Amino acid sequence: MSDIALSVYQLSKSFKIDHESIRRRAYRTLHDDLISLPRRLLSRLGRNGRSTSEIFWALRNISFDVKQGEVVGIIGRNGAGKSTLLKILNRITEPTSGGADIYGRVGALLEVGTGFHPELTGRENIFLNGAILGMSRAEIRQKFDEIVAFAEIEQFLDTPVKRYSSGMYVRLAFAVAAHLDPEILLVDEVLAVGDVEFQKKCLGKMDDVVSKEGRTIMFVSHNIDAICHLCSRCILLRNGEIELAGNTAEVVAAYLGAGQQQPPVVNFKAIGSEATFQVAGLYGPEGRPSTSFSSNAPVLVKCSFALQRSIPGLQVSFSVFNFKGEEIFYSTNSMAEPAISVESAGTHHLSAMIPSRLLLPGRYFINLALHIPNVHLYDRRDQALGFQIVGMPGGYQGFPSEELGQIYADVKWNKTAEAGTQFSL
Amino acid sequence: MIRRKIADKVDPLNAESPILVAKATPPVTPPSGRARNQKPTLRIRPTQGWAALNVGELWRYRDLLWILVNRDIKLLYKQTALGFGWVALQPLIGANILALIFGRIAKLPSDGAPYLLFVFCGLTAWTYFSNSMQRASNSLIRNSQLVSKVYFPRMLIPLATMFAVLVDFAVMIVMLFIFMGIYGFPPTFRLLAIPGFLLLMMLAATGVALWFSAVSVKYRDTSYALPFFAQIWMYASPVVYPTSMVTNVVSAPWPTVYALNPAVGFIEGFRWAVLGHSALNLNILLLTIVMSLFLLFSGAFFFRRVERGFADVI
Repeated sequence: MSDIALSVYQLSKSFKIDHESIRRRAYRTLHDDLISLPRRLLSRLGRNGRSTSEIFWALRNISFDVKQGEVVGIIGRNGAGKSTLLKILNRITEPTSGGADIYGRVGALLEVGTGFHPELTGRENIFLNGAILGMSRAEIRQKFDEIVAFAEIEQFLDTPVKRYSSGMYVRLAFAVAAHLDPEILLVDEVLAVGDVEFQKKCLGKMDDVVSKEGRTIMFVSHNIDAICHLCSRCILLRNGEIELAGNTAEVVAAYLGAGQQQPPVVNFKAIGSEATFQVAGLYGPEGRPSTSFSSNAPVLVKCSFALQRSIPGLQVSFSVFNFKGEEIFYSTNSMAEPAISVESAGTHHLSAMIPSRLLLPGRYFINLALHIPNVHLYDRRDQALGFQIVGMPGGYQGFPSEELGQIYADVKWNKTAEAGTQFSL
Repeated sequence: MIRRKIADKVDPLNAESPILVAKATPPVTPPSGRARNQKPTLRIRPTQGWAALNVGELWRYRDLLWILVNRDIKLLYKQTALGFGWVALQPLIGANILALIFGRIAKLPSDGAPYLLFVFCGLTAWTYFSNSMQRASNSLIRNSQLVSKVYFPRMLIPLATMFAVLVDFAVMIVMLFIFMGIYGFPPTFRLLAIPGFLLLMMLAATGVALWFSAVSVKYRDTSYALPFFAQIWMYASPVVYPTSMVTNVVSAPWPTVYALNPAVGFIEGFRWAVLGHSALNLNILLLTIVMSLFLLFSGAFFFRRVERGFADVI
């Protein structure tokens, strides 16, 4: 299973941006070209005249291989070249230089409902859309019932899709696409549609496709959760170049953390609230500020905040999020034993210790809040602090951390004499 | 599995497919070592210059062609009260207006046939040619969403229109037969030549449509220019007048020049098949065949040459 399914090398794509035509109109007319013809010829002869067009590189020297059965995510900000890359691999547009070799039948899903026609019925659109995506009529007929069942539109099969609700429309479109059966599937941002329930269903279907059928998939999405869930490997594009390629957790962490290498101690600007944060910081066991901690050591979170008057019921709290943006835990001063009060006017300095052997290796963020829970929010600082945990607790070397769940549980293992022994600590 | 099969058959060392690979710039280094001992199903390279027609690929996508044809037919008269009635009504009204103006008032000759039948005969051929040309020319723009989002041979879109317009043609042929009955023209074996002329018409119209649709992606002017162009072309063709009227007036090279217009050949061919006499001769027929093929191939090669930029421009 180590065969290469797709090999891209030195792939570049440039567009000519014509400043003049952009300023004036979105499209060209024959008239424009005829009028500018003499000038263009002259400038071609002269060569030293100031050019009105500029070359924009959507992709520059992209090289990578994808193995058969691999699911590769492509992430990056808008305009990084993700969609252009998929369009080239799908032969919608040609590269300017370089190339790609593809080993197997390619199917692409660059948009849900491509080629759907509002005037045609659901049944007609299934055949139309299927054929456009590359299925033969026999293939569609064979999968027809399955598609209709997945989309849940049995009663409306012979209604023009313009009378469908948007949800039905999207369901039908995704259903057709999901039953496409290529060896290499290129998917662009198709999960960003429909309601939450349907998105889950789509994700589930993608899961099936990935795990059961062992297809090679290239997956573009802004949905980091979906990327983390589906992809084993990731490519991070930035301004048309590969910034990082590697295992998903690493690349996603780099993507999310890019450009915000946070200092260990942060001073906050005051906001016009009766209770505001002033300073927050992260400290290691020896009391030195740091953003990188061993999983076998505790992390000390310190913060200072000021109250202009006494606020009964005020709590200070923080949440820790992993790199996917999932909340790992929440903690507030009112959980302290014995209780700590922060209700009096003036400045308070608090520290909270995140115990060792709790967080798995990876990147984490901390949100801070001053609030009376469910009543009033005084100050809130999202991603105020960031840090990373390195090394497995206890030096464990089995699976990579992203396969160990959300936290490390310090489970006590014992060898017992026989089954059904009395539980004793 | 498929990959293995292909790999077994082909010389593993950089055997390049002549169809998918044109020249690459700059010279591309081969991919990593492992991939080199297999033959890729598909190579993506920048292409330059003229590309092969790749008829095989068109054939592989015939299901899509059929479905697009179906869609075009279904959509054309959707949500109109008369539906396909329009297909019959449009040429009927058109033919009567032409018969009134050119037959009754201007008294143009019609080679001895009843003028209405004469003009309807010409219109049957011309309407297919003009409709398919005009509808196919805009087809890529109408389907820009498809062009920019999925891959398939782009030629299928104008081609589908060429077939969809055949429905209109079929309706007109039936009406033509009814007119023949009304005017007492018995069917003859000459009618069997109609499919041949139809084929010529389709070839020529496809060629023109490919030219215009390819140009229209970049220059939207075509959609404005085409109606005039079609009208001028119609009067340059023997629709409302017989070819004999032209050949009787001009001398030596001009009748041949006139016949360079492929519409002359197939319209007169139609008249010959239906009415029994026309100016059609072997010269005109050969010229028409040559011109139709020339239009088809030049259009197809031009289309192939520019289609690679469609998605970026449309």
